[in-house]
Order: sequence, then structure tokens, then C-alpha cells
Amino acid sequence: MPGTYRHRRWVNTAAFAVTGFCAFLTLGILFFILGYVTVHGIGALNWNFFTQLPKPVGETGGGMANAIVGTFKLIWLAALIGLPVGVLGGIYLAEYGRGTTVGFLVRYAADVINGVPSIVMGIFAYTVVVLPMKHFSALAGGIALGIMLIPIAVRSTEEFLKLVPMAIREAALALGLPRWKVILRVVIPTALRGLLTGVLLDLSRVSGETAPLLFTAFGNRFWSSGWMNPIASLPVMIFTYAVAPYEDWHRQAWAAALVLLMIVLATNVGARVLMRKQVRI
Amino acid sequence: METMLESESQNAMAQESTQPSASPNPVEPAHGLEAIKLNTWFGTKHVLKDISMKMKPRQVTAIIGPSGCGKSTFIRCLNRMHEVVPGARMEGQVLLDGANILELDPVMLRRRVGMVFQKAQPFPTMSIFDNVAAGLRLNGMSNRQQLASIVEQSLKRAALWDEVKDLLDKPGTGLSGGQQQRLCIARALAVNPAILLMDEPCSALDPIATSKIEELILNLKKNYTIVIVTHNMQQAARVSDETGFFLLGELIEFGDTRQIFTNPRDKRTEDYITGRFG
Repeated sequence: MPGTYRHRRWVNTAAFAVTGFCAFLTLGILFFILGYVTVHGIGALNWNFFTQLPKPVGETGGGMANAIVGTFKLIWLAALIGLPVGVLGGIYLAEYGRGTTVGFLVRYAADVINGVPSIVMGIFAYTVVVLPMKHFSALAGGIALGIMLIPIAVRSTEEFLKLVPMAIREAALALGLPRWKVILRVVIPTALRGLLTGVLLDLSRVSGETAPLLFTAFGNRFWSSGWMNPIASLPVMIFTYAVAPYEDWHRQAWAAALVLLMIVLATNVGARVLMRKQVRI
Repeated sequence: METMLESESQNAMAQESTQPSASPNPVEPAHGLEAIKLNTWFGTKHVLKDISMKMKPRQVTAIIGPSGCGKSTFIRCLNRMHEVVPGARMEGQVLLDGANILELDPVMLRRRVGMVFQKAQPFPTMSIFDNVAAGLRLNGMSNRQQLASIVEQSLKRAALWDEVKDLLDKPGTGLSGGQQQRLCIARALAVNPAILLMDEPCSALDPIATSKIEELILNLKKNYTIVIVTHNMQQAARVSDETGFFLLGELIEFGDTRQIFTNPRDKRTEDYITGRFG
């Protein structure tokens, strides 16, 4: 009979079991992926991997030094393009755009761009940068990633700024401070750790994007100098090596996957540590 | 003249503990506020209707009324904080020493009309010293000695100096609720306002902290003009010289505190005071 203590207890236990199982499953998937990649990748991870260039097809050995450096170089350019626009846009939304039509449109646009498939971003950058330049380049890759970064940074900045209570803004305004000073000298310092965390996580998301780089940065088996040459990156190398028929390349792809995963993991842990020191309001 | 006599006797009757008051040495000339036919809308909602009242200099004017009567809205209009809400519109006049505040620069206005809020909110990233100095420093004052002396004076006026003088570089959020509120009062006093608005400053505090702040208000009125919103009628009776009763956005009755609480003219005032509603 529903309503009795036994029935309620049964329902309670069943709900707990189901939800707990799903939580476990989620965690399990994460650990499975981590474990699988580690087991397959750790073998090929050695000093050569981090320092040497890829060897010609057929020869064993070699490394992915250029891809690792390339990934960081591309993230750096993406940050240069995407962060100022994204963070300032997020500040606008949180401080000036609450409840306004313009704010609604900006937020909507950011969400739509966020939802655009990353390969379309790549095509866009291809059309706008690669075709006029007539060759692939790190610049094109950085632009593609930078454009992807903008809406992500806008949303994360807005969310962290919204966590600062209105009471703080009101208290600062009531002291006779102009609005821009309230935002710059009171609100942003209060939310600073959160904003930095958001930026870190946004960058780590973008660092693993493959599709936009396929026909912008393209790839390079050698060192890439400057911004006008094609450049190697870890995600694209993983793709290239994984579909190739060489066993040695497969092992190296696993190692690259492990390195990429470690970068993302380290960023997330770093972000958590940073957030622990965030001011409690 | 008669205001002074009235307020002297108010003090004598309304207090539990009095500190021997030093002879009042006015820091600056007295300032008063006057609202003339003040109307406020939030979007299409008419929240304040034709409010006209005078808040006399060097006095405490209390505003009482049930929840939703517009008392917080009114006090926020006095330093144009209502503009923080999108869609807010104010018509009518509020005169600060004869000048209509709607024609003044809101930033300059808020330096002359300070505000203390219900929930004490020290700036979390700043130390106690930096909190009190915030209004000055962020407006360009950088002379360390000048800042230090103003901070000390403000903390003394807020009756907090003795408790924090050795903790000035500790975070402001480490203090108790009552201390945080006094910190916020010191912060508001540091910019040297003419008028201090207080929006239910004690409702989040325990009785002992509340009584410390009430004592503080009675001391402050020697140098400042104070307008306090409170839902606690006993507090209004203890602390204020004149009281206004608000109901549904209208000012029902305004007058001498003693008279309002012992012999109200309007029946609605009487009903509220005797607890029949609200």
C-alpha cells in the first residue's frame, strides 16, 4: 500500500540506488577512458616523444615536439583573439546587459555560436583567412580557435560575475563611485579568482578542438616558424596517426592522447585549487 | 529652535543608556532634505504616490510602515539608488539644501548623501582599513597619512575603533555581524556625507548589536542628518525625533515621534502602531 512506511522506504532506497548507480557510471566512464588511454599511451611516452620531430614514414621512433609546441602556440593566439572580446563581452552582459534587449540578443548570439559545429568554424576561417592567403597557417588556426573561444569566454565571465551579490555593487555605488569604477575596482577584484578559473577552463576546452584545425593550421612534420606557416597540433596529429596503417604511429597517437588528457586534467585541478582560494562572500 | 528642545527631551525620554554627550561641535553646516510631491514608478507600477515630507537637519527622521509600503523605495530615491533598478522612474522634487537632486550628478549626490544597507556588506577583497578608506581611495585620495587619520576618525565615530585598531589589515569579513554593520557605517562616514540614510540597519542583528547601533545613531545626529527606515516601532520610538508612517506607497502621517506613538491623528496609523495589522 502506498503511503506506508515500508513502501516509502522502498521507494527511497530504489531512487537512491538508481541515481547512485548513474553517478557511479559517469565516474566509471571517466576512469575507464583515463585508464585505457594511460595503459596504451604510457608505453610510447618517453623523452624522445617530447623532444624529437616526427620521423619519416616507415622509420620508428621520433616524437611530437612540434605538435606540443604547436598546440601551445595556437592556444596563445586563440587567447589573444578570444579572451579580450569574450571577457569584456561577459562584463557587459553581467553589468550593463541584465534584462535589456541588447543583452538578450548578445547572450542569444553567443549561445548560437557556441552551438555551431566546430568544423563549420574551420570552414569559416578557411574561407576568410586561408583562401586569400593561399596557404594554411598558424594564424588561420588561431583565428578559428579564437572565434570559438569568444562565446565560451563570454558565458563563463558572465556567470562568475553574476555570483557577486548586488549588495556589493550597491554599497560601492552608494559611496559615490562612478559605475565603471565600481565594476573595475570592486566587482572584478571580488570575482577575480572565478574569472581566472573560467578562463583556464575555457582555454583547456578549446585546446582539444580538432575539426577547426584540419584545414586551417593543417599540420606540419617540421618546426613551424612565425605565424604564416602551417603548424602541427596534438589533436590533428592524433587524428593523422590514428587513421594511418603504421603500428608505431598508433602507439604515438595514444601517447599524444595521453599528453592532451594530462594537460586538460592539470588545468581542471589547477582551476579547482584556484577556486578554493576564492573569496567567500 | 524648538526642534532642538524637542530633540533634547526626546533623548531624555527615549533612551536606555546615554553616554554623556560632549558639547556638540558641528563639523559642517546643517543640511536638510525635503521631498515635494515625490512619485516613483517601477515600470508601470506606481510605488510612491505624492510623498511630501521634510527631514530636518541634525535630526533623526524615522520611516515606519508594513512590508511593501514603499519605505525602502523612498529612502533609496533620496540618493537616487532607485536608478539601479532598470525601469525605475522618479518625478517630483527632492531638495538637498534647496537644490533638486534630480538635476545633480548622481555620483556627487551620493557622496553627500550616504547610505547604510540592511545587510552589512564589507568589500570582501579588502582589509578593514581599505574598506573604510574605499570611498576616498577609489575617488583619488592617495596620501597615506590623510587616509589613516580619516579612517581613524570614521571608525571612532562608528564606535568601532577600540575593537579593531589592532586589526586594521585583517579582512573586513572576519568581524561579527554587528561589527560589520558598524564597519559599513564607518565606510559611509569616511566620505563625509551631509546626510546618512539607513535602510533597516539593525534587522539582521541581535539585540545587543542593535542597541549599540542605536546608541551610535543618537551620537551621530549631533553631526549628521539621519533618515532611518525601520520595521521595528520600538526602535523608531527610541531613536527618532520625527516619524513618518507609510502605507501602500502613501505618506499617511508625519510628525513628532512622541505624538505619532501616543496620539496618532489617522486611524490607520493607530491601527498599525497598536498592531492590528502589519
